[in-house]
Amino acid sequence: MGKTLFDKIWNSHIVKSIPDGPSVLYVDKHFIHEVTSPQAFSGLEKRGLKVFRPKQVVATADHNVPTHDQHLPIKDELSRIQVKQLVDNCANHDIELYGLGHPYQGIVHVIGPELGITQPGMTIVCGDSHTSTHGAFGSIAFGIGTSEVEMVLGTQCLLQNKPKQMRINIEGRLQKGVVSKDIILYIISKLSSSGATGHFIEFAGEAIRALSMEARMTICNMSIEMGAKGGLIAPDKKTFDYIRNRRFAPVGNDWDEKLEKWKKLFTDKDPVFDCEVNINASDIEPMITYGTNPGLGIAINNAIPELDSIDDEGEQQNFMKALGYMNFRPGKSLIGTPIHHVFIGSCTNSRIEDLRLVASVIKGKKKSEHVSVMVVPGSQQVARQVYAEGLDKIFIAAGFEIRQPGCSACLGMNEDKIPEGEYCVSTSNRNFEGRQGRGARTLLASPLTAAAAAITGVITDVRELMEADDCR
Amino acid sequence: MDIIRSTYYPLPIENVDTDQIIPARFLKATTRDGFGENLFRDWRYKSGDSNKPISDFVLNLPQYKGEILVAGKNFGCGSSREHAAWSLLDFGFKVIVSSFFADIFKSNALNNGLLPVQVSDSFLKKIFALDSTALLTVTLETQTIVIEESGETETFEINNYKKTCLLNGYDDMDYLLSQIKQIEAFEALQKLVPIN
Repeated sequence: MGKTLFDKIWNSHIVKSIPDGPSVLYVDKHFIHEVTSPQAFSGLEKRGLKVFRPKQVVATADHNVPTHDQHLPIKDELSRIQVKQLVDNCANHDIELYGLGHPYQGIVHVIGPELGITQPGMTIVCGDSHTSTHGAFGSIAFGIGTSEVEMVLGTQCLLQNKPKQMRINIEGRLQKGVVSKDIILYIISKLSSSGATGHFIEFAGEAIRALSMEARMTICNMSIEMGAKGGLIAPDKKTFDYIRNRRFAPVGNDWDEKLEKWKKLFTDKDPVFDCEVNINASDIEPMITYGTNPGLGIAINNAIPELDSIDDEGEQQNFMKALGYMNFRPGKSLIGTPIHHVFIGSCTNSRIEDLRLVASVIKGKKKSEHVSVMVVPGSQQVARQVYAEGLDKIFIAAGFEIRQPGCSACLGMNEDKIPEGEYCVSTSNRNFEGRQGRGARTLLASPLTAAAAAITGVITDVRELMEADDCR
Repeated sequence: MDIIRSTYYPLPIENVDTDQIIPARFLKATTRDGFGENLFRDWRYKSGDSNKPISDFVLNLPQYKGEILVAGKNFGCGSSREHAAWSLLDFGFKVIVSSFFADIFKSNALNNGLLPVQVSDSFLKKIFALDSTALLTVTLETQTIVIEESGETETFEINNYKKTCLLNGYDDMDYLLSQIKQIEAFEALQKLVPIN
């Protein structure tokens, strides 16, 4: 019986197993941010402990930071105190902090990979559910709560039960206008927002291999949106090429040795998965969500389902509650629906390739005058790249507003909020009620689809704009 | 924690995510206290800064009280914010009953002594059909939940290790700290044969 990629990494990180209980899992890298760490540090201090392995912890400020005037003191008092506390905690415990003003600051799941900190075969945790992003490099990465942040700070370990395993194979080639965000929204729409609970997912197949590293991150990022513990992808040449020469990538002999190990990180020929799902990439169309969980998504040209197409009574109630909140009706198409805002950002879609996709759609065009558009690069490094490539000129000419890095309107923790009742096409990961601000109505989509909506002011199949461009 | 005997608040909604339990704008605190007042904030209070209650939301209905919340399936999905567990505890809940829990919420709850009790869909339906005076008894030792009125009982699963921790008031941190020597030995071995 062959081992899975997950088995190989998991087994090599078990310090010990408690009979009839969980295992002590060793954590290689621990990312922390300002929102879910302060209570962990105070817990640690209450026990009279120091951080056990500060060199394995990396901090940034992202969730609760303003996205403009980052050089000035934060206006909101509570936010200022929270960010200050991160600065103090990192200083007191000798932890590297890429805070506001640092050239490496950014969304934690953007900076880990871009700095070469995230590497294959690692165990990685962070007090944030989208930690699964790092699985794109062939690592076991998952989100944890604050008590667990404290445990990892104190012992570099967690008590964990081994999750079940699922493999999602995506074979074939994607249609034009379809990108990795559409793949993951499609999968979640098939499996539901709880369909992978208790499982760790391996994404595999031709269509996954064909994706860039940044596109793979988008897929793994949203594993949690179907309840999965995490998602991972076997590393390959693309992975190694991405990491090579990054700031914290191994060098010299160390690189050669690690590369040899990384090349062994794949699922053996006869593995046992608890569940396997097969998907044909050519079936996937540009996707958009219409409801209040990421599983309520449709191909952009399809109609919202009819109520009687849903069997389960609870799901029917859920569906009607979601449509009530969104002010949509069963059986209706979303195409042509006017929208008010477009948000391009978040740990799902704020990397340079995402912003290039947006620029490719809007180049030479202007946004609809009824729509406000915010572009929030995922990190300072992404922002610098935007300016270096001249994408800023394209965004500004289109009437888009470019902000400074942070989580921003993905979770509406800072002042970047969508007003009550208004529609926002968002490249982020959650369309929960009030996620982007109380009463805000979020439609999740790819950077391409979001860009198309920004230009037309209504829900649009991006392929129409792309075809028009091809004809010019 | 062993036996909780209480009336309950019914919340027959599926996929209650942690953004509903405690919206992100209330996560700016740096302590674990006081989150209860913003529990289910946007379902519980009208828009704006005023504390005007939405009268038909279950936490605002005077006939309901108790230490148990009963909710639809996939409770606690979404963000890993432990503030969700803290806000439920701070409001006064000791037990959450649902037919399905999201993983991270479940860990966070257990790490704070908030007991997630997973029951069958049919048992959940029976509870939702009861009136506001009905009593539920949850016994951790025997892993049972009983509808007092009818005596109907269901057993629930809990990891043996976690059960022992809850019954004795230990936490994972206590255990991990007792293993520091072994963790250091593991690290030394890793240096000889590095994983990364």
